[in-house]
Amino acid sequence: MTCTGAAFLHAPVLFFFEELALMNRVLLARLIDLVIVLFGVSIIVFLMIRLIPGDAVAIMLGANTEITPERMAELNRRVGLDRPIVEQYVLWAGAALHGDFGTSLWTGRPVATEILMHLWPTLELTFLALVIGAVLAVPVGCHMAQTHGGAADVAMRIGAIAGLTIPSFWLGIVMILLLSAWAPGFASLGYVPFSEDPIGNLQRMLLPSIALALPILANLSRLVRSAMLDALGQDYIRTARAKGLPERRVVYKHALRNALIPFLTSVGIMTGYLLGGAIVVEQVFAIPGLGRLILGAIAERNYPLIQATILVVTAGFVIVNFLVDFLYILVDPRVRA
Amino acid sequence: MKYLIKNKLLTFAVLLVVIQIVLAIGAPLFAPYDPMAQSVARRLRGPTELNWLGTDQLGRDVLTRILYGYRTSLIACVLAVGIALLAGGTLGLTAAYYRGWLDRIIMRIMDVLFAFPVMLLAIGIIAVLGPHTYSAAAAIAVVYTPIFARLLRGPALVLCESEFVAGARAIGASDARIIFLHILPNMASVILVQTSLLLSAAILVEASLSFLGLGTQPPTPSLGLMLSEGRNFLMLSPWSAIFAGFAILFLSFGFNLLGDSLRDTLDPRLRGQS
Repeated sequence: MTCTGAAFLHAPVLFFFEELALMNRVLLARLIDLVIVLFGVSIIVFLMIRLIPGDAVAIMLGANTEITPERMAELNRRVGLDRPIVEQYVLWAGAALHGDFGTSLWTGRPVATEILMHLWPTLELTFLALVIGAVLAVPVGCHMAQTHGGAADVAMRIGAIAGLTIPSFWLGIVMILLLSAWAPGFASLGYVPFSEDPIGNLQRMLLPSIALALPILANLSRLVRSAMLDALGQDYIRTARAKGLPERRVVYKHALRNALIPFLTSVGIMTGYLLGGAIVVEQVFAIPGLGRLILGAIAERNYPLIQATILVVTAGFVIVNFLVDFLYILVDPRVRA
Repeated sequence: MKYLIKNKLLTFAVLLVVIQIVLAIGAPLFAPYDPMAQSVARRLRGPTELNWLGTDQLGRDVLTRILYGYRTSLIACVLAVGIALLAGGTLGLTAAYYRGWLDRIIMRIMDVLFAFPVMLLAIGIIAVLGPHTYSAAAAIAVVYTPIFARLLRGPALVLCESEFVAGARAIGASDARIIFLHILPNMASVILVQTSLLLSAAILVEASLSFLGLGTQPPTPSLGLMLSEGRNFLMLSPWSAIFAGFAILFLSFGFNLLGDSLRDTLDPRLRGQS
């Protein structure tokens, strides 16, 4: 009797520990993946400067000053190209892990500071576009799923593909043009920090976020649509309908919750696309973000700055996706297997 | 009825793509002017009888520049996606066929390449190679290689387990013969659909890179470049930028619709779904 009692008490506790152990194993495996990918990314970024055809140092100098042997030796030493390659990598990656990317070749400011200065506008633009796209995609996708079939389906499909393939930088230009005709006083170009002038900031961010969000909206609403169609075909939906729930509740409570899982994963992947898109859209709206930083760095052949920017942004992107993945494991027990 | 609508869509997509390819190939025949011919007297004009789509800041005919721009864009993108398909396909099939450590190493490298945001890796590659149409093509090829490798490895793994592959192996067929004659043909539809979709995306990436000044360099006609040049004269005459944007949209749209409707037609399991 006592024995069965103890076993009864024991089972959930045991189950909990097994769950925890399994979670830890999955988490550990993902963490190892993360470290390997980050290591690989750092190797590729590190090799970039070594793959430049010709003498990288001469090319860097030639863009800005007269080339003299002394200047070349000095730059060689600063970039660290005068050491054995493995030692170069260890020094470079070790410093990068401490947030030290050296000083910018021509401005003399620390590279980390340069990146931080330009990071915020790009992050804000990416974030706003993601919010606009993701928030609108849910109702649009649900609507598409409910009215599926026939000519409306074809029209929506063509609309979604058009939204997906419209160049956002062109959309930005067209919007600036239309707005300058309709509302000449509306400030749509440039950037002011949110902390200085919140309204001016959002006003200037409005057009670029819309331009950037449209392809995301098209992509995500299609995804919501097909996930919803999948979910609406399930047995529990029939049950929900059979017990007389209003259609609204069936769609938005029962079906949508299950349809959101694939939606969340692609939101993570979208950030990479958005970051790239933001770099281009920034140029249209004269926003001083990472796009301006990296294009300026290419123009003056400031390779250490290009390297650091690519490394920081990619690492950030990889880590964000890792966290999304991890949340996904927490939320959906089926993925743990 | 539904099937008919879908096939109409496919027909429309094929037509849209073929017309634009023909226009690109036949640009010297169809274009009314020389793409480099400048005319100071007719600068920044809107559409007229002489210049159907107007002229740009140097008085060059926009229609002519767009037709030649199609050419530049298509050459770069077909080259890029072709190389990516060849490289990624080979890597993916090799990984799936030989499994083991080779598979693990190949796919790890692909994971690393896949981890970069597309535009950022492309910009990095162009920073190394220097801005040029072919640098942009090379960048796109590198960026899309892991996509093809991942995409083809999955179905190839399944096919490697199938009985006809075991049969071919039993009668002593070589690895190359099995891969090229037994596995590859079974993946034709996946390859066709994905190539078309990635071409659509590549056109946008190439246009973005040229817009940033990292792809095709002036005075070569390029759609992305026309947009960035036209942007400086937007308030004087927006036509060149507007029409170049439409051209990019139509080209990318055509390939995307083609891939999308091909997927529906070729994969019966998806029919009626999305």
